[in-house]
Amino acid sequence: MTTSLTSGAATQQGAVAEAISTDFTGAPPPTPAQRSSSSYRTRSRIGKVVLWIALIAFSCLFLYPLVWLAAASLKPRGEVFDNSLIPHTWVWENYAEVWNRLPLLSWGFNSISIALLAATFVAVSSSLVAFGFAHFRFPGRRILFGLVLATMMLPGAVTLVPQYLIWKNLGVLGTWVPLFGANLFGSAFYIFLQRQFFLGLPRELFEAARLDGASYFGLFRRIALPLSIPSFIIIFLFEFQASWTNLQAALIYLNAGGVEDFTVPLGISYAMTQFSPTNGGQGEYQYVMVASLLVTLPMLALFAFGQRYFIEGVATQGRKG
Amino acid sequence: MTATADRAPATVPLGSSGKPLKARKYNKREAVAGYLFISPWIVGFLVFTFGAMVYSLIISFSNYNLATNRATPAGTSNYELLFEDPKVATSLGNTLFFAVLAVPLEIVFALFLAGLLNRVGRGAGIFRTLYYLPKMTPSVATAAVFLLLLNGNTGAINEGLRIIGIQGPQWLVDPAWVKPSIVLMTLWGVSGTMVIFLAALKNVPRDLYEVASIDGAGPVRQFFSITLPMISGALFFNIIVLTIAALQVFDQAYLLFWRDQTNYSPESSLFYGVYLFQQAFRTFNFGFASAMAWLLFVIIGIITAIQVRFSSRFVYYEADN
Repeated sequence: MTTSLTSGAATQQGAVAEAISTDFTGAPPPTPAQRSSSSYRTRSRIGKVVLWIALIAFSCLFLYPLVWLAAASLKPRGEVFDNSLIPHTWVWENYAEVWNRLPLLSWGFNSISIALLAATFVAVSSSLVAFGFAHFRFPGRRILFGLVLATMMLPGAVTLVPQYLIWKNLGVLGTWVPLFGANLFGSAFYIFLQRQFFLGLPRELFEAARLDGASYFGLFRRIALPLSIPSFIIIFLFEFQASWTNLQAALIYLNAGGVEDFTVPLGISYAMTQFSPTNGGQGEYQYVMVASLLVTLPMLALFAFGQRYFIEGVATQGRKG
Repeated sequence: MTATADRAPATVPLGSSGKPLKARKYNKREAVAGYLFISPWIVGFLVFTFGAMVYSLIISFSNYNLATNRATPAGTSNYELLFEDPKVATSLGNTLFFAVLAVPLEIVFALFLAGLLNRVGRGAGIFRTLYYLPKMTPSVATAAVFLLLLNGNTGAINEGLRIIGIQGPQWLVDPAWVKPSIVLMTLWGVSGTMVIFLAALKNVPRDLYEVASIDGAGPVRQFFSITLPMISGALFFNIIVLTIAALQVFDQAYLLFWRDQTNYSPESSLFYGVYLFQQAFRTFNFGFASAMAWLLFVIIGIITAIQVRFSSRFVYYEADN
């Protein structure tokens, strides 16, 4: 993965590329002013042990709920609450039975489809817009880009109701469109991210292609887009995660439909209520646990595959501040 | 002859008089292409941001009838209702209280973790990965786990507290402990903030510390005189982003307390985002919900403005940025 990232455009000085190739684990911390007194050395060794103990302790703290979840998903109904990290009774059947209890397959299909559409659309549209801002000179460019950045600060709550009414008036309530439609028009942070990347590409590349008769769109498609794969992936992964985990939009737009039409988060939320004894359920939380683990695993896989992209994307958010 | 002589200077790009230069500042074809590239964003902005905001403002001064799809003018009655409905004040108070509790803790915890990671050389990557996993966990899975972890009688958290001799509270039932519960869940997912701090810490020049330690500055002094000023940009960004997020908190509060409409939940768990959602999409009071949204918008605007003003005195930006 490292080689593909550091090749080609990534070596350019765009903010994204710059930090993708930065290896966070690389540089060892300098021991301040190598004072070689033996007392200092023992002290620093003790410090190191304490540091590692703290790091491991926090690892346990962060991992505990996930391990707990995995364990609970393998327990019989009566033992879900027992907090044992190793089930007393292993009930692998939970993983077979959950498909009968909950329409997870439909939910999963809905969630994956929506996330793929949302991520693809926003990555393409944001790249197009970013290229417009990065490559061309036109009146009002600075003001418009300032506006792009300003929309990042807008609290989502303000546009919640009108966007619902817009989709209602377009007659697409009850479809997937409200869950990805706005992504066709780019998204501020992603536009910012891609523009930074495009600005790092050498201008001569484009000028040479122009002389060879490439159209403006050709510059984008043939040169800018292929070179910006790393930041394109960041956008895609970020949006995939955002869409996959999005509960509120599903609550607003899919809750009125049939249970089969839910996404996974909405479905689990529904199951939590349905299985609750106060609603006539039998407290079959083991299935909620299985479903919760199943909705989490794709995200962990995504992170395993694209960790650098996620870390880089988050770090870039901070750098723009 | 004279005609060609007259025309010649106009086609030369470098006009000696100001006027032709200004007219030629933008290449028309290039400008049109630029506008075309950014046109998706312009459309999206006009419809889903600016249009939606105007729409929202209009609705907030109307009573919206969902059945007829008509908005009838209602004057300022929705805004007056903001002061009359006690739940607005309650939910706003809850939300502000939560933000005041959560944001400083998140900042301190994230900075502390980033400091730890920054100190390890090799191996930091593994810990960063582990610490980041909660951030990848969908909120619905987090809620499903913490619902059981935070159970006052059987939950693992109180079980752990019992070992060290502390009788844990009824986290999700006792009104006083509702907000700390959500803070706890928020802190579990603090790694995004941590990554931003870590990236900032990596950028602090090492030699500053060396010079300071030669001058006899201890670690505490170094932290406040070097580290904090040098990462003030990231600190400022994190504070603003976390504040805005805290004021809009929805998922956890909804999933833990308001998902099940037949179940009673303490008023202290009614967050502004949840109440707004209920007003908009449970009872379809779009006018009132829009007025609520604008109140939140103004509050967030004021708080952000204060933070920006306050921080402009302290934030250090590198000259080249």
